[in-house]
Amino acid sequence: MKFTLSWLKDYLDTDATLDDITAALNDVGLEVEEVENLSETLGAFTVAKVKEARQHPDADRLRVCDVETANGMVQVVCGAPNARTGMTGIFAPPGTHIPGTGVDLAVGVIRGVESAGMLCSEREMMLSDEHDGIIDLEGDWAIGTPAVDALGLDDPVIDIAITPNRPDALGIYGIARDLAARGLGTLKPLEVTPVPGSYTSPIDVKLTFDDATKDACPLFCGRYIKGVKNGPSPEWLQRRLTALGLRPISALVDVTNYLTYAYARPVHVFDADKVAGNIQPRLARDGEKMLALDGKEYELDSSVTVIADDNGPDAVGGIIGGELSGCTAGTKNVFVELAYFDPIRTATTGRKLGIISDARYRNERGIDPAFTPVGAEIATQMIMDFCGGEPSELITAGAIPDTSRSYTLRTDRVETLGGVKVELQEQKRILEDLGFSVKQVEPGLVCSVPPWRPDVLGEADLVEEITRIVGLDNVPNAPMTRPNAVARPVLTRLQKRTIAARRTLAGRGLNEAVTWSFLPEDQAKLFGGGGEPVKLANPISTELSDMRPSLLPNLITAVGRNNDRGFADVALFEIGQAYLGDRPEDETVRAAGVRRGNTGPRHWEGTVRPVDVFDAKADALAALAAAGAPVQSLQVVAGAPDWFHPGRSGTCQLGPQNQMAHFGELHPRVLDALDVKGPLVGFEIVLNKIPEPKGKGGAARAAMNVSDLQAVTRDFAFVIDTGVEADKIVRAAKGAEKQLITNVAVFDLFEGAAAGGALGEGKKSLAIEITLQPRDKTMTDEEIDAVAAKVVANVEKATGGMLRG
Amino acid sequence: MSDLQALETEITAAIEAAGDMAALEAVRVASLGKKGSVSALMKSLGGMSPDERKEMGPKLNGLKQTIGEAIAARTQGLRNAELEARLAEEKIDVTLPIRPESQGTIHPVSQVWDEVVQIFADLGFSVAEGPHIETDFYNFEALNIPPEHPARQEHDTFYFNPRDDGSRMVLRTHTSPVQIRTMETEEPPIRIIAPGRTYRCDSDQTHTPMFHQVEGLVIDETTHLGHLKWCLEEFCKAFFEVDEVKMRFRASHFPFTEPSMEIDIGCSWEGGQVKIGTGDDWLEILGSGMVHPKVISASGLDPEKYQGFAFGMGIDRIAMLKYGIPDLRAFFEADLRWLRHYGFSAFDVPELAGGLSR
Repeated sequence: MKFTLSWLKDYLDTDATLDDITAALNDVGLEVEEVENLSETLGAFTVAKVKEARQHPDADRLRVCDVETANGMVQVVCGAPNARTGMTGIFAPPGTHIPGTGVDLAVGVIRGVESAGMLCSEREMMLSDEHDGIIDLEGDWAIGTPAVDALGLDDPVIDIAITPNRPDALGIYGIARDLAARGLGTLKPLEVTPVPGSYTSPIDVKLTFDDATKDACPLFCGRYIKGVKNGPSPEWLQRRLTALGLRPISALVDVTNYLTYAYARPVHVFDADKVAGNIQPRLARDGEKMLALDGKEYELDSSVTVIADDNGPDAVGGIIGGELSGCTAGTKNVFVELAYFDPIRTATTGRKLGIISDARYRNERGIDPAFTPVGAEIATQMIMDFCGGEPSELITAGAIPDTSRSYTLRTDRVETLGGVKVELQEQKRILEDLGFSVKQVEPGLVCSVPPWRPDVLGEADLVEEITRIVGLDNVPNAPMTRPNAVARPVLTRLQKRTIAARRTLAGRGLNEAVTWSFLPEDQAKLFGGGGEPVKLANPISTELSDMRPSLLPNLITAVGRNNDRGFADVALFEIGQAYLGDRPEDETVRAAGVRRGNTGPRHWEGTVRPVDVFDAKADALAALAAAGAPVQSLQVVAGAPDWFHPGRSGTCQLGPQNQMAHFGELHPRVLDALDVKGPLVGFEIVLNKIPEPKGKGGAARAAMNVSDLQAVTRDFAFVIDTGVEADKIVRAAKGAEKQLITNVAVFDLFEGAAAGGALGEGKKSLAIEITLQPRDKTMTDEEIDAVAAKVVANVEKATGGMLRG
Repeated sequence: MSDLQALETEITAAIEAAGDMAALEAVRVASLGKKGSVSALMKSLGGMSPDERKEMGPKLNGLKQTIGEAIAARTQGLRNAELEARLAEEKIDVTLPIRPESQGTIHPVSQVWDEVVQIFADLGFSVAEGPHIETDFYNFEALNIPPEHPARQEHDTFYFNPRDDGSRMVLRTHTSPVQIRTMETEEPPIRIIAPGRTYRCDSDQTHTPMFHQVEGLVIDETTHLGHLKWCLEEFCKAFFEVDEVKMRFRASHFPFTEPSMEIDIGCSWEGGQVKIGTGDDWLEILGSGMVHPKVISASGLDPEKYQGFAFGMGIDRIAMLKYGIPDLRAFFEADLRWLRHYGFSAFDVPELAGGLSR
């Protein structure tokens, strides 16, 4: 919402400076977005007189001008065709920044003639696109007069952001009211004298709604004015509209814009000679069409309020007028319309038709219904002032909708809710200045809400009115109490797990990424997603159409993008949500990571190697341990979902019903589909699936139980079928003597073609070291041999293999 | 010169001349060994008269000791020389680079999440979370945004397709639904923050379809606007790690708070970098207000009894301001160069005692 300072002062009697006003606007909730003060930006431009303009000796199109400026005579070379002896123009001296060209002016020599300044066009001053010639001032201006004064541009333009609850501030009068309440001056009362009509309007108005829809347009004020002469509006009005960025069109149209901006009161003027029969505000018929003033044809339906005549709709109520009944230069008789339209219906229609207009903007936020007849009188008077004509009596169809309501503001409520003590009399003054009528009663103030404030719906709103006018900077800060002397921990277990997993993974050399929660449908499907409930109805693009079923795909494509930038070795992880459905329980918190390339850059010692499944497994197990998963009792079994390599992937679980993590090499076909060069390894943990820890908790550790007796180790190698998993041997060995065997480590694996040759087709060899920790006494050789025999027997039984001779 | 002296001179010369341990051992055997020259002389003591023995005994013992000491000294010398030679051979080029170790990083959003939690935890706020796929009720209606409210249009909501019953889920446009979910399930007094992902159907230079917010909510019987101002000012000082911070509180409007305010923080720009806390420029950093009575009652609490405040701010935004990160969109691009440059070490755990940042 833009307005000029002088326009504001039409309604506000004030000595306040521009700075005071902008500061107050910010305080009361009318946020200043920009102040355009041409007096500052165009300060160097002044009125000057061309004493003599003569032909440039070396250029046909240039003239050399002797210019009388505030600082004496100056020679200027000018290319404008209208430069001539005796004219008055606008001069910019060397050093001036020319906004229209972006250049800082310097003394120059043009075709051998010195030029010390510039005579400016409107475009060079960024006032308009006019560049056919330099500014040619009419009238007698003193040399050195600021250009903004001579051009009538000395009026600062203030642009403020209006929150949707303040339709009253979409008119300058409403802004003035707020500033007056703030103490920046006095609001001038509106003096509106009804214009007497000398005849009955030949066009009648009949509200045509049924009971269910009569709220669509409960009030319509109209007036016929005959014998008008449309033409340009007065210069002062054109200047104001131009300053606001509006294009002056004609007196009749400019009046409607004036009321819109001055009083937040949209007005429409019909060319009465183009209206057939009487006017009927009604709901449109399905399929009815209207050519609007924006040149587009709109198809309407029965939810849309229209102003219709016998031929059909002439306007979409509260939004836009029709082209066919619009005013033109030749308009002789007009019908002025001011109506009150239901804000919700207006908003719905505006959205549906996709029309943005100043009228819709105000009507859908809620204009002052009681102002409707007042606005009609102002509009009539202005049209008569500018265009002459003879008005009819005012037609009023329907009645002003009743918005009267009042709320009690308890005496102490501003302090107990707003946190600031304001004397009761001051509270009363503020509310009265804002237009509330206030009665003082026992519990406080009974405040009846003015019709231009549809947003005030309770006591809290009254508190807001007081606090915003008093200024929130004047609300003293009040310390909150500490619930506990020393702050207590507040994080949930899942939150702590998330943090621990994150810092562990970063500590393992992975870089944390945050990727979109969405991805393309085909990628969602590759990872078990793509279901209807998690498909966006209005995605921002097809690349971001589905909620992600897994964190892996976005990480994998991120790896691909980094590869394209020249990074071959990439390790990324992310912790965040994945979505398998649209219910809260379908949303899980996951930690996932991917690695590609080598374990590091090439090194002189040759220690780098390509990353493999065991890097992903290590990441998964480290993050699981950090997150508090019972790693000791976790089973790692072969196999993982489809998007992993079928033979190089695994699952960490506490039984098949509780799978917490998958890891492995990503499936080559999936990588192909994601256009990422593999191999890639990765893992994904569902942090929600980690069970609550067992035991009674507490910080104390279990008693330490270590033996002073030396532990004994023994090595075994078994020949087994290639399909036998190492884990089976480890478990069988451990199970041989559960108390005594404290560790089983795999230290050698011999497999492949060479192993087949040496051990027999389809065989491999796996070597383990077992650690025996005696508790009571040192073990004898016989005892150790007995345990060893049990280990061999157990492993052979479990795997069908045999001790390698 | 006596024979003994001649012998001693001869043997010590041999010891000195021994070039390695084997030669030295040969000298030792030839002198002190069972059949050595000195041992033979020692044996001859038995055949001497007591007087001769009295004279020769100490002399021979002295000789034996002198030679023993000379051998020990020579042994040490040879060993030292051997070690020096080995060490000289073991020299390596220590300027060669170490084995590569990859440095992981924490994303700025996570780091700032931790920082914000540290500050509010100290004030007694716990951390609540809620689903991203929300119902219309939690995202809008309970927050006093009925279907026709103009604020809905400003939210640029992502919708899911309607269900069979006509209802449609949305991607939460703010973290405020967590307010409702918390009030529904917890008894006041309530103090929570709710950080998390939020979504708007908007994408340009300064907007991304996904971003992060942190919500704050306090509900009890006495908390008022003065407490809200205090809380936010203390937060800003703690978060930006400055002693004083210039703040501006502007009246504003949100459907779910009444009164409402927007908060700007004073700043200045130096060499393209923003300096927070002082200066003549303002940056909007959050919106807040007293929880609207309708929101309290929609959550099942009595607005006549309970009141409190709520606020919301952008985690990405305050991360950008604090750490001088210029572009929001880069947060979500997973560009390794960016992650390494703006990320944090795993061991930079924000805590109040040592300061939030290093």
